[in-house]
Amino acid sequence: MPNNSAKKLNGTNALQNLFRNQIFIPLAALLLLALFNLIMDPSFFGISFGYNSLGNPVLSGSLITILDNGSELAILAIGMTLVTAASGGQDISVGAAIAIAGSTLLRVLCGTNSRPDTLQAPIIVAFLISCVVAMLFGAFNGVLVAYFKIPPMVATLILYTAGRSIAAWINNNELPIISEPSFGYFGSFIPGIPIPTPFFIAVICMIVITLVMKFTNIKLFVQSVGINDSSSRLNGLNPELIKIMSFVILGLCVAVVGLIKVSRISSINYSVIAKDIEMDAILAVALGGNALSGGKFNMAASILGAYVIQFLTTTLYKYNVQSDALPAYKAAVVIILVVVSSPVVREKFSKIWKNLKAKEVG
Amino acid sequence: MKKKLLSVVLSTAMIAAVLTGCGGGDDSAATSAPADTTADTTAEAPADTTAEAPADTTAEAPADTAASGELIKVGIINNDPSESGYRTANVNDLQNMFTEENDYDADFAYSLKNDEQITAAQKFIQDGVDYLLLSAADTAGWDSVLQDAQDAGVRVILFDRTIDADESLYEASIISDMDQEGQTAVDWLAGQNLDAYNIIHIQGVMGSAAQQGRSGALQAAAEEKGWNIVAEQTAEWNAEKAQQIVQSVIDSGKEFNVIYAENDDMAKGAVAALDNANISHGVDGDVIIMGFDTNTWALEELKAGNWNYDGQCNPFQASYIDEIIKTLESGGTLDQKVIIMDEKGFDAETITDDDIANYGI
Repeated sequence: MPNNSAKKLNGTNALQNLFRNQIFIPLAALLLLALFNLIMDPSFFGISFGYNSLGNPVLSGSLITILDNGSELAILAIGMTLVTAASGGQDISVGAAIAIAGSTLLRVLCGTNSRPDTLQAPIIVAFLISCVVAMLFGAFNGVLVAYFKIPPMVATLILYTAGRSIAAWINNNELPIISEPSFGYFGSFIPGIPIPTPFFIAVICMIVITLVMKFTNIKLFVQSVGINDSSSRLNGLNPELIKIMSFVILGLCVAVVGLIKVSRISSINYSVIAKDIEMDAILAVALGGNALSGGKFNMAASILGAYVIQFLTTTLYKYNVQSDALPAYKAAVVIILVVVSSPVVREKFSKIWKNLKAKEVG
Repeated sequence: MKKKLLSVVLSTAMIAAVLTGCGGGDDSAATSAPADTTADTTAEAPADTTAEAPADTTAEAPADTAASGELIKVGIINNDPSESGYRTANVNDLQNMFTEENDYDADFAYSLKNDEQITAAQKFIQDGVDYLLLSAADTAGWDSVLQDAQDAGVRVILFDRTIDADESLYEASIISDMDQEGQTAVDWLAGQNLDAYNIIHIQGVMGSAAQQGRSGALQAAAEEKGWNIVAEQTAEWNAEKAQQIVQSVIDSGKEFNVIYAENDDMAKGAVAALDNANISHGVDGDVIIMGFDTNTWALEELKAGNWNYDGQCNPFQASYIDEIIKTLESGGTLDQKVIIMDEKGFDAETITDDDIANYGI
């Protein structure tokens, strides 16, 4: 729309732009949830200050819980958005990959003894090794998708099935437990700072990805590969490399989330850690209004989408909804989103919108 | 064009490889252990049988191949050891018992899927095992394969999990009584004589035997004694979910003084939430913490006074099974088909280091 910018001053058009903007969907969902909680029970928004059992200052309240638990999802949403945009499909193995990354981390920290009194390696070393491992598994998925042209869901199904067994195998099926208190900081609070650490980790990830997108052409490359693989090749891009890269970046996100997850309980349970988190991550991308078939994306909308999902989860917990019924509510959200964003419905909406405008003018 | 064709051929080959790799991977996961052990035993077994077979067969009926002095052939079908700490302990216990030193020739198959377990069972029957030991992934679907076993003269012993099949199809069933586990825990809780009972009830995966037994006892007691259940949620055996559930109860400002978690992991998650909110727990604390499964680390928490109670779910069935096989082999009969194992509940105030060493898994 070439003359759109000229009309931007017009009030209705500014509103229209907001509606058109991708971030509108998660924002509207967030406001809806917030409004619901405000009406039902305003104490939902209460934040209290206290001390935890170690004597460290902590903030608590539902909003803090959302920031805390939503941050894991936000980090995953970053990687998942890139994978979705570049490959036009989703990685369903992130939960299993988190188990692998977490297991590797604990293996390096514990050495051969599953109950060490002291850490066998610095946490940073263990974390870097788990990053490498997770990125390798990401690259494995990426190669299957990019070079062998396997649909991402099918390609990642391999790791989805095998990942948790691999994770268990890394630690010989033992359940290591870390007694070092500083390891727990990543999943709870750093002494003296009353805001949960996962939120800071998520903020760091967001800053990094923002800088990367600002100073490199990664966004443009990913989008052009996602929109049209062969025309971007004609323009001198290497679509295979870019797809693999997006999976490797997701692998890095997975390693970060793995650190938070195992830090929360200073241990791991291979069969349940990060269970079904892939669906939440994909939902975050969808909720951000990104096309699940690839192409253009809006990173901020995905991240906001991740927090909206946690907002929904926490709200449902608050009203004592059975937690095994949660997926049903999330499914309802997905159905609404998919229907609303489908081309048929969109066309209908834009027609109605045009008619309304025509009447206004007339 | 040629390149394209090549790439198509290559990628289909890859997909085929991947798909078969997948299927094969599952299969080999289910049967890799047997493959290994049969390789070992086939090397020795012929030597054994050729040496002894003539003497045996002349002396005894051919049906009784597993006479004393020879190895008793058992096929063991279990759930995957990575399922949980409980399962790991269970698998280790069985592997330590059914060895050649104890006169057993054992094959193991692990799977969390019923159909794979059934396939493994059929293979064991074809291999001509004397005993089939089974911890079924699912209660249904076992009738026909167990009938086959009976026809082939294979005796079946169920352990850990019971199945929906006619009792005549198996010799014995060694199980944990989950209802009793729950009852022991609830009786202990009632014995604490608290002024008020405000309970957060964190459940396992809904519908599992452990969840039903452990939930049932608490719900019955709550109704009967007027205990208040503040929140009742399933965390699906997951520590993080349990943490979120307890966190949400704390956030909403409800009062509670008991956390009844149906396994140790979930109790651990719950305690993490309490620690963040500086709510004291355990012996002399504000909140009573109850867990199940007696993981070693959980018993240590108990000993340290951070938790109050941990209920046992006994994974050590091997000695029971061994006894049954010995009885059957010597021609004896069993007094009862269903054998329920002894299971204890541990109190933080009375637990000893010996208990941790003996009962920790």
